[in-house]
Parts: sequence; structure tokens; C-alpha cells
Amino acid sequence: MAIDSALENKVTEWVGSVDDVKNLVSERAISGETMLLNLGPHHPSTHGVLRLLLELDGEEIVTCLPDVGFLHTGIEKTIESKSYEKGVTCTDRMDYLAPMSNNTAFCMAVEKLVGLDVPERAQVMRVICLELTRIQSHLVWLGTHAIDLGAMSVFLYCFREREKILDLFEMISGQRMMGSYMRPGGVWRDFPAEFVPGVETFLDEFPSRIDDYELLLTTNPLWLDRTQGIGVVEPDVALAWGFSGPTLRGSGVNWDIRKAMPYLGYENYNFDVPLGEHGDVYDRYLCRIREMRESIKIIRQALQRLPGAKGGFRSENRKFCPPPRAELGQSMEAVIHHFKLWTEGFAAPDQEVYVAIESPRGEIGCYLHGTGGNKPRRVHFKTPSFMHIQGIPLMSEGHMIADLVAVIGSVDIVLGDCDR
Amino acid sequence: MNVKPALDPVESVREAFPAALLDVVEYAGETTLVVEAAQLPRVSRYLRDTAGLIYNFLSDISAVDYYEPTGGISGRPARFGVSYHLYSMLYNRRLRVKVYVDEGDDESKPVVPTVVNVWPAANWLEREASDMMGIVFEGNPDQRRLLMPDDWQGHPHRRDYPLGYETIQFSFNAEEIMKHKPFAKE
Repeated sequence: MAIDSALENKVTEWVGSVDDVKNLVSERAISGETMLLNLGPHHPSTHGVLRLLLELDGEEIVTCLPDVGFLHTGIEKTIESKSYEKGVTCTDRMDYLAPMSNNTAFCMAVEKLVGLDVPERAQVMRVICLELTRIQSHLVWLGTHAIDLGAMSVFLYCFREREKILDLFEMISGQRMMGSYMRPGGVWRDFPAEFVPGVETFLDEFPSRIDDYELLLTTNPLWLDRTQGIGVVEPDVALAWGFSGPTLRGSGVNWDIRKAMPYLGYENYNFDVPLGEHGDVYDRYLCRIREMRESIKIIRQALQRLPGAKGGFRSENRKFCPPPRAELGQSMEAVIHHFKLWTEGFAAPDQEVYVAIESPRGEIGCYLHGTGGNKPRRVHFKTPSFMHIQGIPLMSEGHMIADLVAVIGSVDIVLGDCDR
Repeated sequence: MNVKPALDPVESVREAFPAALLDVVEYAGETTLVVEAAQLPRVSRYLRDTAGLIYNFLSDISAVDYYEPTGGISGRPARFGVSYHLYSMLYNRRLRVKVYVDEGDDESKPVVPTVVNVWPAANWLEREASDMMGIVFEGNPDQRRLLMPDDWQGHPHRRDYPLGYETIQFSFNAEEIMKHKPFAKE
């Protein structure tokens, strides 16, 4: 049988050896004094398909070599063969816990490349969605991080609240997760009437839920023992290794792109950037918990701003944004624009731009290079998980295996984000 | 704290490395310094350490292929471009440094010197670029592939690398299906 022989070939070709990593592990591993152990790719505590090759002295980690790429799906390459509007759909699938952030990074890069405006109302709508995304992503992080360290019930509570946010996303985009709600020039549709009351209800009950999580964890002696003083990163080291987001701020570096280089009108919102002091797992935990409270503040302000915000939910520039359906029956020009945009899309100049926004995990940057035609020449995403997984050895070497699990949880990695 | 006023990166680099700065491009409010590939580590170190510049954070390294299926390289000086996106925490501004590098022939590959010893974060970003574009970063301590399997042939993000469609198969016959699978041919 052809299937069997294909499988057989695979098996016989595989040669397990330490030759490839000889210069990366210590001499002791080659002589057999320390043990090489595979953690992953299918291990619950690696949050996806991350393989770590560990060199262990007893239970202590001597060397940690992350191996990524198991979830590499060629999303960047796929976008290169699609028009700009269709590319948005692919970006959802990278960081599947924060699809709206990816959408926004890509859309903002397209907007910058072609010089497209985004109406004020669309900006406010984007802010609401981005902050809801931040909360739901942090909820998954908190739940899985806690369950890794043995706190089962937090996981269930977190997913209960996350489900409410996903219901809100389903309301606006038709999908729970991969909504592709952001489009170049604004968002897909206006909020339905039930959305804003739904968000308000959620905001009213959510602060007390965060109190519940904190009651379970923040002062829990077991939690403190497992997280304090583990995986310490000094601020200058974190900067040199390109950390961003709560992982960087846990070390006390005050860099939040929403504050440093405001986009979508973030300069008009009043919020704080929580900082850690020690750069350990516990401080990163505190940063994210406080960030959820800050996100609530931002959403409340955005909801107040929404009725008075000028413009529609999407740019009126018909060269880039398709006309509403109602116009098609009355205007020949609208028909032409509709046809042009849905058959070949719009063209972008042969230039490059880089746009970075603050995703729940850190700086997500989109590098976009046009061709002068309707498809990009190159799309590259700088993703926070990629940089943070690179830093896992730094945080975990010298600790026990059990602490490695805490470190992985605390930097909040998403392998889809890393491998793209 | 006494902070030195910000310097103009273009003028500073032009003064310090008159021969290495090949071009300056401004687009959409972003500045790109095109520098000579061989001088990249020195320029990087200068940008990181000079008071008034302090580009201490490496955001991203993106490699781009200017190959056109219809021929030519889109009027660029060489086939591959590598863009380094730098950020200065102190002065809160970004800068792009770009190098162009030729394709090379059968024996040689496009080579760019590494900046790992300037920004350690460059390690994986360079490995990704070399995996996806086939650019060799000379001096990078770990030159294994990053995302693709170790035995993979070719570099998927090159523009002449096929997308690899798999045809839809209307058969339940396993042997027939395996015959049309896009496995690597001997």
C-alpha cells in the first residue's frame, strides 16, 4: 500500500541525535552526565504546540532550547496572494486569542500604505473591540496559567466570563472568535442595537469577577510560593531581548504603545499603565490583572464617546471601501466601485510601512510592502509570542521543571502567534 | 535626569559613515536609511550607543524579495532587502535601517552580517529570515531552520517559491489519492 510505504519512508528517514544541537547544550549532556528531555510538542503546559528540549541536572534546568514552527501555516505567504481586503481574514488565524488586534494591526498598515482615513466613530468602535479582546485574552491567560499551577476553579470562572465577551463578538461580527470585524478604513458593520447595552451589563458585573479571581490567587500563599522570585527578568535584559507588553512592564519598563505612540485616539482616554517591580512571574500576573481593570475604564469612556463621534463606521472613500448596498440601485458609480473592489481590490504603492499596536501580549507589528498592484509584495508580522518564546530559556534556566511551567504561563504565549 | 537632546538620525549617520549611507527614503512619515550591508553592524552599534540616538529596542527584522515573475527586481539595487525596525525608548521614535543583498549564484548565498551582538533579540528574527528567504546571517550563533522542518528544501517566502496547491481528489481509492499527493519527488 502506498500509504504504508509513505509512512515507512518517514520513519526510516528520522534520525534522532544530538548532533544538531551539540553546540547549544553543555558538554555534560554529550557525555551523558545530564539528561536531555523533550517537553512537548503536545503537552498541556506548553499552551499549544511548543517543543522544549531540556537539559536537566536532576530536576534543575541547565539548558532550555525552544523548538517552534509546529503551527506554521504560511499565513504571511497566503496574504501575499490575496487582495488587501481578503488578507484581513487570514490575520485572525495567527493569534487566535486576540483576532481583533491582528486585524487592526494589518488594517492600520494598509491604511498607512494607501493613506486611507478612518472616521472618528470607527476609531471608537475599534477601541471598544480591542479592549474587549484584551480582557478576553487575559481571561484565557489567567485561566490556563492558574490551571498549570494547580488552581482549577479559576479556569472555569475565567472561561465563564470570556464566553460573554465572545457572545458580544458574535453579535457584531457573526463569529465568536474569527470575526474579521476590522476592515481597511473602519469596521465591517455598525454595532447592532443590543450590543452597547450588552457591553454595559458586562462592565457592571465584571469588576466584581476580577475581585473574585484576586481573592482566589493574589494573596494565596500557595500562589505566592509558586510565582514570586521565579523567572526574574531585569529591565535592561527584557529590552535587549525585545520583550513587550505586560512581560516587559512586569519588569518595570514603562512602555505601552497606547501611551507612547497613541493610535486610534488612545491619547483621549484616561487610563494608567500598571507596572511591576521585580520582573517575576507574580509581577507579570499583577500587571495583567490590573490591565483588565484599566481596559474596563477605557471601554466605559469609549461608550460615552460613541454617540458623539463624527463619521460613520467606515471611511467614505469609495476607491477603497465598497459602497453600501442601498446605493447600488441608484448610482452607476457605486456599481462600478462595487465591481472594481470585489473583483480586483484596490492598488497600493510599491512602498513599505511598519505599524505596531499594543496587543494583549505586547507589540504586534505589521510590516507591509506593496507592489503597486492589488496584492502585497510582503507581509511580515512581528509577534510578541515569538520574542517571548525566544526569552523562555533566559527566564527558566536554573529553575526547576515545575517553575518552567509557571514561566511559560506567565509570558502568555500563543503558538499560532509565534509560528504564523 | 539629564537627557541629551535628540539628534537627527539621518544627519548623524551621514556624518559618521559617509560612504555607508546609500540612500534615505521617506514614506508615510517613516524614515528608511539604506546602508551598505558590510557596514551594518557598525551602523547598528552607532545607532544604539550614540547619545541623542539610543535606538535600544529592535522591533522587527523583515526580509523582502523583489523578484518579479515577469522579470526584473522592481528597480531595486538587489533582489533581497532586509529591513530592521528600530525603536528608541528614550526619544520615542522609530527608524528603519535597510540593506540590499544580491541573490548570489549556485555556490554563494545572499549574506548579511549579523546584529545579534548589538540586539540579542535579533537571533530568532534572523533565523526566521534565513529560513524563509534563504539569507545567511553571518556570525549568528544558531543557524538551524526555525519554523520549517530541518530537512525542508527551499525557502517558502521567496517570490518564486510556488504556493503548492493540492488538487481536489474525487476518489476513495487510497492508492489513487497517494499518487496525486504533492510529496517531494525523488
